Amino acid sequence: MTYAVRSATVRFGPALALDDVTVEVPGGSVVAVVGGDGAGKSTLLRALVGEVPLDGGTIEAPPKQRLGYLPASSGSWAALTVAQNIDFVAGIYGLAGDELTARRAELLDRASLTPAADRPAAQLSGGMRRKLGFVMAIVHRPALLILDEPTTGIDPVSRIDLWRLASEAAASGAAVLMSTTYLDEAERAAHLVALDSGRVLVQGSYDQVRAGFAGVITQTDQPVRAEWAWRRGRVLHEYWPGSDPPAWTTTVAPDLEDIVVALSLARYHAVPS
Amino acid sequence: MTDVLLRAGHVTRRFGAFTAVDDVSMQVQPGEVVGLLGANGAGKTTLIRMLLGLIAVTSGSVELLGGPPDRERRRRLGYVPQGLGLYGDLTVRENLSFSARAYGTAEPALPPVLARHAGILVRDLPLGAQRQLAFLAALAHSPEVLVLDEPTSGVDVLARAALWDTIRAQAERGTGVLVTTHYMQEAQQCDRLLLMADGRLVAQGSEADIVGSMRAVAVRTGDWARAFAALNAAGVPVMLAGRAIRVANSDPAELAVVLEAAGIRASLEPVPATIEERMLVLARGEKVS
Repeated sequence: MTYAVRSATVRFGPALALDDVTVEVPGGSVVAVVGGDGAGKSTLLRALVGEVPLDGGTIEAPPKQRLGYLPASSGSWAALTVAQNIDFVAGIYGLAGDELTARRAELLDRASLTPAADRPAAQLSGGMRRKLGFVMAIVHRPALLILDEPTTGIDPVSRIDLWRLASEAAASGAAVLMSTTYLDEAERAAHLVALDSGRVLVQGSYDQVRAGFAGVITQTDQPVRAEWAWRRGRVLHEYWPGSDPPAWTTTVAPDLEDIVVALSLARYHAVPS
Repeated sequence: MTDVLLRAGHVTRRFGAFTAVDDVSMQVQPGEVVGLLGANGAGKTTLIRMLLGLIAVTSGSVELLGGPPDRERRRRLGYVPQGLGLYGDLTVRENLSFSARAYGTAEPALPPVLARHAGILVRDLPLGAQRQLAFLAALAHSPEVLVLDEPTSGVDVLARAALWDTIRAQAERGTGVLVTTHYMQEAQQCDRLLLMADGRLVAQGSEADIVGSMRAVAVRTGDWARAFAALNAAGVPVMLAGRAIRVANSDPAELAVVLEAAGIRASLEPVPATIEERMLVLARGEKVS
């Protein structure tokens, strides 16, 4: 089963939050939406959940009871314990008795939260709280799982745990759509979508995105055109979208960070002919 | 000019029975950008707070600019905490005036992107602009040391590149920079890395020094979902990279046994581990094989 938003447009007053965005999320895979603050990631996710109405385009999503959603904000109740949080959500989906006991134990174990089962959510670390939010979103085995920045500000070890949990959900057949500000995470997804100011900058598998990238990126201390250059460690990278770079420059194989920066710059400048 | 801007010598900090920082020695010199890595609870923030004189050491010594981290020396320091330390109910201009007065310096000129927002309350600014403002406020008094806690969390790639441009320009001017990050591509922007785990400094140097001899295994198979499930059930540190699977710190032969038992055909290739995988293995308390 593939879920999707097609040609989606969302306006907040005069601002265009999504501008003709099409994203497909096939069952059994993780799709990552990447972009900075204000790129439209949350709006896209919330449109698919049904929390934001479209001004144009269509949504293909399962019914609410087959949908799991981890919002960007906590997603758990601070005063309830970890186990109570899970039980509360499970109750909404009609899970009870032995079935609930078994499911709770399984989820706690998979998220390495068993030792914290009786701790109030307020006393969890950021990473543990995100993992709790995650298990609450999958307690009913959703067909479409939507995760809004599950890993922002979370330490790398908890991040790997969350990725493992998302991968497990996909491996068991769920369609998983997650947003992230980390480009290295997007590289890891089966399909990535880079958003910028409400529009799709580029999408595809990481290999497709690399193969489809036009132009050349060079490495330099002294850029020829400062407005086309950006910082990478001790050196600068410079993008040559249409014309070939001078012969004396050093060409680099671009990674996703380079590609997204280059395409963002190309949107802001007119491409020289 | 002091040779060493920040120095910790065998520093330990206990909170009751809990040892947050355990016998850590490190230093930051002029002109270098040092990355401080570690999982939550590894002791990074406690170490920084001791270096800045915000909390006392239990044992060992800390030096800021060649002496104890007192108010006079903290004047020569720029600090951008993760929470940015701005006042949400003051405007952009008022925030800068406040910090300029506190440091006794002239108010810095606003770059064009912030000049547009000069009269806007900081709480109404986009996150990227708030980060730029926090940088501007921290740099206005030309600090000799810059301490940055997760400086680019949540900002887009262009804004991140611009902030790193600022960090590099400071270092080239001789400022020493200590930066914590959870973002591995950002760690690669540093001159030198320090890795903490359970309060201890467990590795330092280049990315290669941090990873050390640790290897990972790249598992390639037509049926990644079943392979992932089988390896995950076997309890090895498995993660997904596209449709490929990576397992840190494992013996390819042992993985082959697990996959064969599950009836999965796969190719197994030893590859260098990443910093993230090194951290994962540390957090699991495993020995590097």
